[in-house]
Amino acid sequence: MLEIRNLHASVDGREILKGIDLTVPAGEVHAVMGPNGSGKSTLSYVLAGRDGYEVTAGSATYKGQDLLAMKIEERARQGVFLAFQYPVEIPGVTGVNFLKTAVNAVRRSRGESELDAMQFLKLARKKAKELGVGEEMLRRAVNTGFSGGEKKRYEALQMALLEPSFMILDETDSGLDIDALRVVAEAVDAFRNPQRAMLVITHYQRILDYIVPDKVHVLAGGRIVQTGDKDLALELERSGYAQFVGQAA
Amino acid sequence: MTGTSHPDWLASLRRVARAKADAAGLPTRRDEAWKYTDVAALGVGSFLLAEQPRGAVPEVAPLGDTIRLLLVNGNLVAAPDEPLPAGVVVDRLDSGFSAGVVQAHLGQVIPADAKSLATLNSALFADGVVLRIGAGVKVDRPFEIVSFGQGGDEPVAFHPRCLVVVEEGGSATLIERHLGSGSYFSNSVVEIALADGASLHHYKQQDEAAHAVHVATTGVSLAGGARYAGVLVQTGARLARHEVHAALGGQDASFGLDGAYLGAGQQHLDTTTFVNHVAPGGASRQVFKGVLDDQARGVYQGTVLVQRGAQKTDAHQLSKALLLSPHAEMDGKPELEIYADDVKCGHGCTVGDIDETALFYLRARGIDEATARHLLIEAFLAEVLDQIEVEPVRQAFAAVLGERLEGAHATRRSDDHRQG
Ligand SMILES: Nc1ncnc2c1ncn2[C@@H]1O[C@H](COP(=O)(O)OP(=O)(O)OP(=O)(O)O)[C@@H](O)[C@H]1O
Ligand SMILES: [Mg+2]
Repeated sequence: MLEIRNLHASVDGREILKGIDLTVPAGEVHAVMGPNGSGKSTLSYVLAGRDGYEVTAGSATYKGQDLLAMKIEERARQGVFLAFQYPVEIPGVTGVNFLKTAVNAVRRSRGESELDAMQFLKLARKKAKELGVGEEMLRRAVNTGFSGGEKKRYEALQMALLEPSFMILDETDSGLDIDALRVVAEAVDAFRNPQRAMLVITHYQRILDYIVPDKVHVLAGGRIVQTGDKDLALELERSGYAQFVGQAA
Repeated sequence: MTGTSHPDWLASLRRVARAKADAAGLPTRRDEAWKYTDVAALGVGSFLLAEQPRGAVPEVAPLGDTIRLLLVNGNLVAAPDEPLPAGVVVDRLDSGFSAGVVQAHLGQVIPADAKSLATLNSALFADGVVLRIGAGVKVDRPFEIVSFGQGGDEPVAFHPRCLVVVEEGGSATLIERHLGSGSYFSNSVVEIALADGASLHHYKQQDEAAHAVHVATTGVSLAGGARYAGVLVQTGARLARHEVHAALGGQDASFGLDGAYLGAGQQHLDTTTFVNHVAPGGASRQVFKGVLDDQARGVYQGTVLVQRGAQKTDAHQLSKALLLSPHAEMDGKPELEIYADDVKCGHGCTVGDIDETALFYLRARGIDEATARHLLIEAFLAEVLDQIEVEPVRQAFAAVLGERLEGAHATRRSDDHRQG
């Protein structure tokens, strides 16, 4: 589903990704772990198309298409979804308005009919309830004044509404309390199917108990320095990243 | 003009104003208060004084259930023919019916300033309108005064005039709209006198014709405990200036003015305010939010004066502008002059562009760039529109802003097309 080849990317002229190779076939979940500042969020931004993240070499192919050539919104409409490590507060834009605009933009691009206000509200309420997102949060401005954990649930709600086929969860677990982590992780796990794939970026093993990965990659110094099965996460929990730090630079 | 002769006092007021206006001429950029806005350069001095309008009365849909007056080129062409609530007078300034009230306030609310266009208005206005709310009278239905400009083959000038008097403890809502077609110069004056405990909500829409020049001077005098809450939305005219003089002369008075404006093309939109805290315990709050595209230019000059006796004053002013194009420009000059020592005052002035992070977030959810920008701009202006407590008015003002934003996007998209 996603094939990344020798991807190099720079921010402000500084090279952060130094040759990433990563293939995630449909139906699989890959975890990405690695020290702070190693480039995990940078990779997720590059895949989502954020301005200022300049690809200097390499490629990313999504469902056979050149992902890097697509506009930001085009990627989202084709089913790529990034759950932000730091969701953005947008004062003045109400959740309902934002979510409905997004859902209908995606539906339109899939050739589906748009939802009217009533249909949308019904759907949003149902999904919000499943994820423990309070109804009043839908009426508030996007992420504005939300607690850290509320923001992460709200990311999960957006995912549930947009029904993407490739998800990048950038530390969706951090900030969630123990119960919320279970609710959100189980919802994500229930989303797995043979047509979908995901990258789960995390620092902690715990989320991987719910979303058991097919592979675990270690990203250090802008490169994938090790790949293993789910047990690698447990091993890292014990040993830390010391063994990779020298290797990366 | 109507041919009816004015009462003596009015005739003499006009004569004095005429002499002053003739001697002073139009303001120029050498006048400090007109540093950023050159109205004389547009040739308005040579526009013909508009005559009684001929032809059909323009159709303007009312904003909900309102008590409506329609002025065309400053002439009153439609006044409410229904019975008014008890204690309410709506009349022509010169009818004599409210002569006492008119005489007490007309030309008194705005400080005498030989250079100002308000003086020219006093000399030349056609049919002025007076609105009087009696003591203790609370009027729920909003008044709606529409000034419609009709430019002919030659550009015309006219001078709408309005006096609003709310007596002790009375309250009302005034909707003031400026619309039109063709090329004209509208030089409007609105004087508002609020007695002890009186309150007025004032919603003004400036959506003049694209070639119009709009200059408005609004005076507000507030006695003890009086409340004024104004919202100003400017989208029209090639050059517009809204000048406000507020005097908080009574204790614990409160003055609020929120403005939203949207400029594109070569538009020039100027808001200039003078808020004078004379008595103690007063509160004033001003929030202006502007969006400027293309080569549009915005001006905010805000002076807040806190006099020695005005202890415990709480005064804030904030101007925020979003520039959507590298050629748009904003001049902001908030000024505080404080002579009392126990006050809370603040001002701020920011100019920026659209938050790129927010734009990325929206687009990452599949929302196209133009729509995402639109959402963010509407959000930016929402704080101002949310001050409007009459829902049909809020909706109508928001709709015009939305349409203009759409228009700007449509032009940009077709430009992109041509270049691509
Ligand atoms: N806009 C930027 N300007 C300069 N440097 C940046 C910018 N964005 C990221 N970087 C740098 O790129 C490197 C990688 O950052 P990134 O956010 O991808 O790390 P990460 O692996 O996600 O870390 P964490 O685990 O803390 O979330 C860091 O050294 C960071 O300081
Ligand atoms: Mg990160």
